[in-house]
Amino acid sequence: MKNKILPFSVIIIFGIIFFVFYKGLEDSKIYTPDVNTKKEIPVFNTEEFFSGENVKSSSIFELDKVYLLNIWSSWCVPCRQEHPFLMNLNLENKLNIIGMNYKDNLKNAENFLKELGNPYKEIFIDLDGTIAIEWGAYGVPESFLIYNNEIIKKYIGPLNQELVDEINLLIK
Amino acid sequence: MKFLKFFLIVIILFPLSSVNAEENDKRNKITKNLRCLICQGQSVYDSDSEFANSLKIVVDKKLQEGLSEDQIYEYFKTKYGEWILYDPGLNKNTYILWLLPILIFLIGGAIIYKSFIVKK
Repeated sequence: MKNKILPFSVIIIFGIIFFVFYKGLEDSKIYTPDVNTKKEIPVFNTEEFFSGENVKSSSIFELDKVYLLNIWSSWCVPCRQEHPFLMNLNLENKLNIIGMNYKDNLKNAENFLKELGNPYKEIFIDLDGTIAIEWGAYGVPESFLIYNNEIIKKYIGPLNQELVDEINLLIK
Repeated sequence: MKFLKFFLIVIILFPLSSVNAEENDKRNKITKNLRCLICQGQSVYDSDSEFANSLKIVVDKKLQEGLSEDQIYEYFKTKYGEWILYDPGLNKNTYILWLLPILIFLIGGAIIYKSFIVKK
């Protein structure tokens, strides 16, 4: 009996270790953020992009309207790529696009909009990146689809035609 | 007179610097336990990325608002999920992580006890 305990427990231990590692194999090693959870939008105070006046988040986002908050910057190369898609979305006029200018030089940002067009209904400034943290953002570009003061979906990285089609489907 | 001035300066500066040092220590401890989500294997403390720098500012702000360490972790957990913490709590995803070492220790201990101590 005593002799049997040792091999038996060794088998059990290896069994457990095998199970743990096998389970670990199934998980994605790349961090995948949760993009579908509904969350309330944060409350914050900031400055308007053109006028420099103080604005409250509650005055930007109204209930019963669909918004797309886009975090952008003139120094961000992928923002340049996604800009035409934002311009197209704005032309379709189904949602209000709000811009969050992230850690940018205001003059460069203005030139960026002059060159590529301004799809934003309103733009506010996030000079030190703390408002982006409030939103749970990782960097630029990033977009949030918002309805009734709730984040419906989060798009990390530049928008493309596929994602624009998805947005159009979601807001139908 | 000189001595008095010096004395005053020391009195004024000393408590301030010790408060600052305390806050710095706390801030460093918190940022060391926060994962820089866009970096590879770096804490917010180690990283100099845009994301990490903004996070450090937010930690400072929250400390100034008087939030405790746990409240700050909870705040970031609601924003970014459990993954942002280097020291995960015990839940359904991490129970194996926490219990396996104890289990292995107990079984190993039992084997050693049976085969060496009882035999003697």
